[in-house]
Amino acid sequence: MNPSTSPKRRAVLGVLVVVLAIAASACSEVKPQDALDPAGPYARQSDDLWNLTFVLATVVFVIVEAALVFAMVKFRHKPGRTAAQFHGNTKLEILLTAIPALILAGLAIPTVRTIFDLARKPSDALQITVVGHQFWWEYQYTDLGFKTANELYIPVDKDVELTLTGATDNGLGDPEVIHNFWIPRISAGGQDILPGHANFLKLHADEEDTYLGQCKEYCGLSHANMKIVAYAVAEDDFNQWAEEQAAPPEDNFTGDAAEGQKLFTSQEGECANCHAVDPGLEAQPNVGPNLAHFASRETFAGAAFENNTEELSNWLRDPPAMKPGSRMPDYGLSEDQIQDLVAYLQSLK
Amino acid sequence: MATVDSPADFGIERRRSGLVDYITTTDHKKIGILYLYTAVAFFLVAGALALVMRAELAAPGLQVVDNQTYNELFTMHGTAMMFFFVVPLALAFANYFVPLHIGAPDVAFPRLNALTYWMFVLAGLTAFSGFATSGGAAPFGWTGYVPLSESTYSPSVGADLWIMGLLLSGVSGTLGAVNFMATIFGMRAPGMTMFRLPIFVWNIIVTSALIMFTFPVLTAALSMLFIDRNMGGHFFDPKVGGDPILWQHLFWFFGHPEVYIAILPFFGVVTEIIPVFSRKPLFGYRGFVFATLLIGAYSFSVWAHHMFTTGAVDGPFFSATSMLIAVPTGIKFFNWIATMWRGKIRLRTPMLFCMGFLFMFLMGGITGVFLASPPIDFAVHDTYYVVGHMHYVLFGGSVFAIFAGIYYWAPKMFGRMMNERLGKVHFWLMLLGFNVTFFPMFQLGLNGMVRRIADYPAETGFAPMNLLASIGSAIIGLSVLVFVYNFFMSKRRGMPAGNDPWEGYTLEWATTSPPPHHNFTRLPPIRSQQPVFDETQQAQRESRG
Repeated sequence: MNPSTSPKRRAVLGVLVVVLAIAASACSEVKPQDALDPAGPYARQSDDLWNLTFVLATVVFVIVEAALVFAMVKFRHKPGRTAAQFHGNTKLEILLTAIPALILAGLAIPTVRTIFDLARKPSDALQITVVGHQFWWEYQYTDLGFKTANELYIPVDKDVELTLTGATDNGLGDPEVIHNFWIPRISAGGQDILPGHANFLKLHADEEDTYLGQCKEYCGLSHANMKIVAYAVAEDDFNQWAEEQAAPPEDNFTGDAAEGQKLFTSQEGECANCHAVDPGLEAQPNVGPNLAHFASRETFAGAAFENNTEELSNWLRDPPAMKPGSRMPDYGLSEDQIQDLVAYLQSLK
Repeated sequence: MATVDSPADFGIERRRSGLVDYITTTDHKKIGILYLYTAVAFFLVAGALALVMRAELAAPGLQVVDNQTYNELFTMHGTAMMFFFVVPLALAFANYFVPLHIGAPDVAFPRLNALTYWMFVLAGLTAFSGFATSGGAAPFGWTGYVPLSESTYSPSVGADLWIMGLLLSGVSGTLGAVNFMATIFGMRAPGMTMFRLPIFVWNIIVTSALIMFTFPVLTAALSMLFIDRNMGGHFFDPKVGGDPILWQHLFWFFGHPEVYIAILPFFGVVTEIIPVFSRKPLFGYRGFVFATLLIGAYSFSVWAHHMFTTGAVDGPFFSATSMLIAVPTGIKFFNWIATMWRGKIRLRTPMLFCMGFLFMFLMGGITGVFLASPPIDFAVHDTYYVVGHMHYVLFGGSVFAIFAGIYYWAPKMFGRMMNERLGKVHFWLMLLGFNVTFFPMFQLGLNGMVRRIADYPAETGFAPMNLLASIGSAIIGLSVLVFVYNFFMSKRRGMPAGNDPWEGYTLEWATTSPPPHHNFTRLPPIRSQQPVFDETQQAQRESRG
């Protein structure tokens, strides 16, 4: 080995080792939002089309790059070589135009079929209306007559039809920003949530599991904190959950929780100006998430935080510090007030 | 009218101090150099913004910037790269080389040309001045989607400055396009028929046409947004009959042709360089011209593929038109390879960058076919897959071709060769850094990483690939430093270039380096697409006997 090139080679080798090590560690990680790991028929349809396109693309890529490398190596400058002076070859040009056109025409057939498949509304599907807010999700179980926020429950192995919509008035007089609803492993991709439009998206989960997603359309300061969590549960469990959610919330509290409720509903607290504690579909106000049965949820604030005493207290101390751009401001609550409110929220079973 | 020399200028070389000269100049070559410097300056700034973003994303958690700053960074990165770097750099090359390529003494409207340049400078400074205001720069992404860009959600002055900057840049671009059209159609030297034009000039024709048809649409959309924000308009407010999708239609009706505005000039650059370094004529000249015209025409029929997930556009139609555009692009690819076929390829720095362009752009093009398919797009839209694709097209494509053009033409513009060894170091570092940065993004997008987020939790499994991408971005940064050093060092101390260091084919190589004020003291006869090559061949034949 030429000694002057060896440090260079060692550097290149070093970079390669680092790159491969990081790539290898990336492969071994669990990726809960992996679109290449579908867990339902609709997500699988996109994945199947991906797989087909990937094979064709790889073949074309390898052939063209190989031709390029071949030309670079074979026809490189050498003493004595003369360059052939030709200007074109009409037959070859037509042939090389036709081949990609045919490949694409072939690809168009399954593509268009999948477009129509994914646009077909399922029969006998559970209907849920998803309303996007900055930065949380409202889920209206329109068939079942109740709504909830931030956590989606669906029965396993059953079609779910989502109607996606955004408010033309977000409660403050302005249209809601655009969001995109997307649970990679079980939804037919993601669809935008536009104010004044109703979009359609199908879900179907093959197995009982927790599926994660997040808002895909850039929606402002806390876009990164607008998570989606969906629990696919057995039909019986789902029915039981739905029954509990539809029931009117408990109203009888003692101790700290009673104090919390008093503060929640009082003028001073201001909580009830934005949050309803009523699972009815028409419940108002609707500026912040509906808190009926809040304690049954594992997460809060756009499914971004775990629903426990510590996180809730932090949240009430200063919401925008936890979730920048949150519409809920810092109300300057005292530690006692926070303790009462947390107790109240945790009693909303 | 076509003239070989401009008699008024003939033999008169006025000398003034460099700075005043450059500020007051209407010489297309000096304006070209001003465009080059300014655009590269914006590239360095926008690149620095990207490095800060990559530093933030290297690990989960917020370490470097907060959400607000991050949003401003990616907005201004995209805006600057699209509006103040890639397109102005195309105009830099076009300014300098279109008149030389067609054998003209200057552009048709030299004063308008100067206005175009200074308006572009003002545009860039206006958009960036948002950083100096208390609310910061525009935070809504370079696409400025409503309602997020309305005053309720983005009340800062920086947002209005962004609108004003883009409006100015749109007017500047339109004026420039008119100027190039008039120059190319009206000022070609005798013998320079349309089918003898260098492909670069053809690409500038199509680019100019795209600019003239699309920038006014952007101007209209920006004006509507400005009225909504500042004068109580409701163009995009669904509550009173407006529609946020209208913005997307207008933006992408401009925005997709804009992508071609950002790539076609550089297709032209590559198409000039590959034949010269293969020592062959271009394969399929007419095929190239028609493919370019087709791409230009098609680019108006594909805009809604950016909007598949709105559910408000016809998926099959826009999918078909988007896939169709791969056909003329494929023609170009085959012709580039066929031009190299049975040639005598010299892998000097400009050619190396062209090869980098071919490898990377192919990747960008093929990954685009996936996005043209709505069911796949539903899954990967707005994920890092799109970020990867877009950078393979615009960085792997346009930027590699830009560097090819700079290494190829700097000897003509400054009279000195750029250092070959440093050029190769620059190329290999950039190729490595580019792929280490952007290839993991495909994987990240498929694994579910959404774009335009400053942070991601560790549980998502995104961390290793992000770290890799951040390491790659540092390598890119290093490669750019090598380029900047090489550029300034070579400009002072490089080997003198002579008239025709690459044994070129087109007319710029028939004059001195740099050319005199009036460009040519004599022109070779123009009887083909490669008049300078013809003349040297003729001279060789005569000397032989």
